[in-house]
Amino acid sequence: MTAPNHRPLLLKLLLITGGMFGFGYALVPLYDVFCDLTGLNGKTSSMAATADKAVTDLKRQVTIEFLAKPDPKMPWLFQPQTRQIQVHPGEIKLVYYEAENPTQALMVAQAVPSVSPGQAALYFNKMECFCFQRQTLKAGEKLLMPLQFYVDPALPEQFSTITLSYTLYDVTQHSPAAQVAAVYQTGK
Amino acid sequence: MSTISTDPHHHADHGHHHPPAGLKRWFYTTNHKDIGTLYLLFALTMFFIGGAMAMVIRAELFQPGLQLVEPAFFNQMTTVHGLIMVFGAVMPAFTGLANWLIPMMIGAPDMALPRMNNWSFWILPFAFAILLMSLFMEGGGPGFGWTFYAPLSTKYSGDSTALFVFSVHIMGISSIMGAINVIVTIFNLRAPGMTWMKMPLFVWTWLITAFLLIAVMPVLAGTVTMVLTDKYFGTSFFDAAGGGDPVLFQHIFWFFGHPEVYIMILPAFGIVSSIVPTFSRKPLFGYASMVYATSSIALLSFLVWAHHMFTTGMPVFAELFFMYCTMLIAVPTGVKVFNWVATMWRGALTFEVPMMFAIAFIVLFTIGGLSGLMLAITPADFQYHDTYFVVAHFHYVLVTGAIFSIIAAAYYWLPKWTGHMYDETLGQWHFWCSLISVNVLFFPMHFVGLAGMPRRIPDYALQFADFNALISIGGFAFGLSQLLFVWLLVKCIKGGPAATSQVWEGAEGLEWQLSSPPPYHSFTTPPDVK
Repeated sequence: MTAPNHRPLLLKLLLITGGMFGFGYALVPLYDVFCDLTGLNGKTSSMAATADKAVTDLKRQVTIEFLAKPDPKMPWLFQPQTRQIQVHPGEIKLVYYEAENPTQALMVAQAVPSVSPGQAALYFNKMECFCFQRQTLKAGEKLLMPLQFYVDPALPEQFSTITLSYTLYDVTQHSPAAQVAAVYQTGK
Repeated sequence: MSTISTDPHHHADHGHHHPPAGLKRWFYTTNHKDIGTLYLLFALTMFFIGGAMAMVIRAELFQPGLQLVEPAFFNQMTTVHGLIMVFGAVMPAFTGLANWLIPMMIGAPDMALPRMNNWSFWILPFAFAILLMSLFMEGGGPGFGWTFYAPLSTKYSGDSTALFVFSVHIMGISSIMGAINVIVTIFNLRAPGMTWMKMPLFVWTWLITAFLLIAVMPVLAGTVTMVLTDKYFGTSFFDAAGGGDPVLFQHIFWFFGHPEVYIMILPAFGIVSSIVPTFSRKPLFGYASMVYATSSIALLSFLVWAHHMFTTGMPVFAELFFMYCTMLIAVPTGVKVFNWVATMWRGALTFEVPMMFAIAFIVLFTIGGLSGLMLAITPADFQYHDTYFVVAHFHYVLVTGAIFSIIAAAYYWLPKWTGHMYDETLGQWHFWCSLISVNVLFFPMHFVGLAGMPRRIPDYALQFADFNALISIGGFAFGLSQLLFVWLLVKCIKGGPAATSQVWEGAEGLEWQLSSPPPYHSFTTPPDVK
């Protein structure tokens, strides 16, 4: 009896193994694409919306609640100026969030939004948001940060309240410009 | 070579057919029987180490309040207990059984890739040495649960996380190599006439398990690598501050995790499908449907992962999809339970220890399956999620399921492996002590879970005190009962009445045609399969 040659099958199986390792990583962008398309997970678009198509629906009112919390490791003070407002779908509103850097150093922050219920995220359109960019505050500096938005009139009837929550993260270490500025500041 | 070489004296002429003496035999061995033995002894050792951690957990939970260990250490115990039992006890035990049995069952001389086989075993002790040593680090070992959810494992974990990641890498490489070996062996080394639909069900279930392993263990390796780079190298896969998403972790983890639970139960189905016909003295009822049921369970396992995540806020459509897919799995599983019962129906039953454990498996695994169905119902899961009800569920399927099947397999094939019959009286004592204590241990967990006791907590509200004391007593009794098993194993390896080749009156299959114990090299020329 001649010994069977195991190599072709072995190579195929190793290929599957390698492929599945890659697939694990491919799930990351796939997940993002899936969430973008469906608005699951309460992720709002990170792009500014335009209000061309918006027609104000005066017959309905939707309650918008604003929440803000700094990450536990983030020393900034961070809160919404307006806790809650009533809007008509299609109506453009402007609200402000307050941020203050009480530390002795320049810091960079990134706000990450989340909409609840998650399915309403697709209908919450931001025209301008402080979360689109990183925010830099010098030691002790305060800032009023704008958020301009409207609710899509196509919002399904079952949603009467939308909660928008921001978590503020310290991204100073990941921010090359801030590091340069920090060196400049301390050098002074 | 002569045509028949099952006679062990034939090999006396060839020096290399005899194992080297002493420790070298075990370090250098490429023999499937030696490696099978190593795997099984390793799994038994890990079972006791993981079991000792369970005893710490149950001792702490004996009374409400904190008495014995620090909460952080308690978390490390639940975490490492889970990791050790899953990757150190159940999976290596099944791989050990595969090594011992698959070549003998399909009439192959050995595993197809014997040197790789040696490697896949010998890296395992290192993986677990790394994991266990991390418990002695400053700050302690991993304490984020065996599911290592981000951001617990990425932001709020100690430096032992790196050791945890590397040990999981090594475990993964070991099981992938083991799985590849099983697949190549079954594809290429079946004896002539051993067609696909003549293979014993243990071989079938292991073949399907091996495919599950090479499909999902690499995903686990990817997940731990992402945790490693998130924690130490500034990536943001699971960090919202950098654009990542912690919920993504759960999706990737459970994409691995759900097939993983079938990896730990499909070989058990194969074992029970071998034992029940023997002691019923009837062929297995519905062989083909068993093969198809196993395959469909394996395929469905890729479509149900998010039922572990119902409370993360998925849309209703997704919750319904995962709920229905999960419930669908009950159909092929039900087919299996029906087939086992139908095999016993009007059989000439005898109740030796392997059969007792197999019957206990059928009954208790079905209880675990039913509580699984309850958990699959999305609205009900909102109540059960992260309570002791979940703990009860997965211990019924893993302890009275997977572990009972492994113990049944050990009793069933022990006379074949050692050449001696085990002590039947001692075995019956082991069975009854285990059966009673395991139910005292896990059944009340259903009640405290439904009443709202959360899992992975070192302290609890006063109203759970009585049940928890009872559960702990069951736990200590179950742990002590397993010492009977060790005593029985030692006795059986040392000596005992000689076993015949067939061992059991109703046993059928190629492994029962070999002597007990089988020669060091069996089927060097393939047997004829009728």
